[in-house]
Amino acid sequence: MRYLTARKRAEGKGASGTGTEHHWYMTMSAVGLAFLVPVFLYILGSTIGAPLEEVIATFSRPFPAIITALVTVVGMRHFAKGAQMMIEDYAQGTARKAAIIAAYAIAYAVTAAVLYALAKMAFIGLILGAMGA
Amino acid sequence: MADVKRVERPLSPHLQIYRPQLTSITSILTRITGNALIVAVILVAWWLLAAATSPDYFDFANAVVTSWFGKLVFLGSIWAVWYHYLAGLRHLYFDAGKGLEIKTAEKLGMGVIIGSVVLTIITIILV
Repeated sequence: MRYLTARKRAEGKGASGTGTEHHWYMTMSAVGLAFLVPVFLYILGSTIGAPLEEVIATFSRPFPAIITALVTVVGMRHFAKGAQMMIEDYAQGTARKAAIIAAYAIAYAVTAAVLYALAKMAFIGLILGAMGA
Repeated sequence: MADVKRVERPLSPHLQIYRPQLTSITSILTRITGNALIVAVILVAWWLLAAATSPDYFDFANAVVTSWFGKLVFLGSIWAVWYHYLAGLRHLYFDAGKGLEIKTAEKLGMGVIIGSVVLTIITIILV
């Protein structure tokens, strides 16, 4: 007789190896992005094409900066895991591994670049504000 | 035992031989739009990075972003983001076990297509 519950015997036997964790993350981030994306589109749409001073002024303000940071972090995790899903459907073996690593690398690189840009623009905004005062 | 009549059963249908349907097309478009959005994301990330780098570099990035190429990418991406948005909401609805009857699923599919175009036009007018 095995002292294991039916659940314990089934755990880890699925194709993903991690149960519904991946799907649940996509659900959670989708709900988060449903709120973030329209706000971010408005911020971006009204800033893109503007002169540099205006761009820096916008992204040094707390609300646009925080929304942009959130949409980037959540959006890029959502992208990495979504792209992984697509790759796992169409590629096998080493190509699959390489493509997933590339997708994750792009997602992390974009996240780091945007957070760096936001931090630096906040800093430039701070200096410009101090000089103006 | 009686002679069992062999039935010509269809093989498991594959993507290439499956007749395209509204439900399958709207589903695959969700994946295409979601993944294609990375192009606009990289463009915006580069533009933000340029704004934080130097006025000269910003002028260059700004010229690219506001060029016909940049505008084309953004126009496509506005539609893609709204399509992915509505299709994603539809997936959340499906996940709740609702809207899975063929008639309803097809209506939702049409809703996603029409809704994405309407939202794209509204976005272009507003921003």
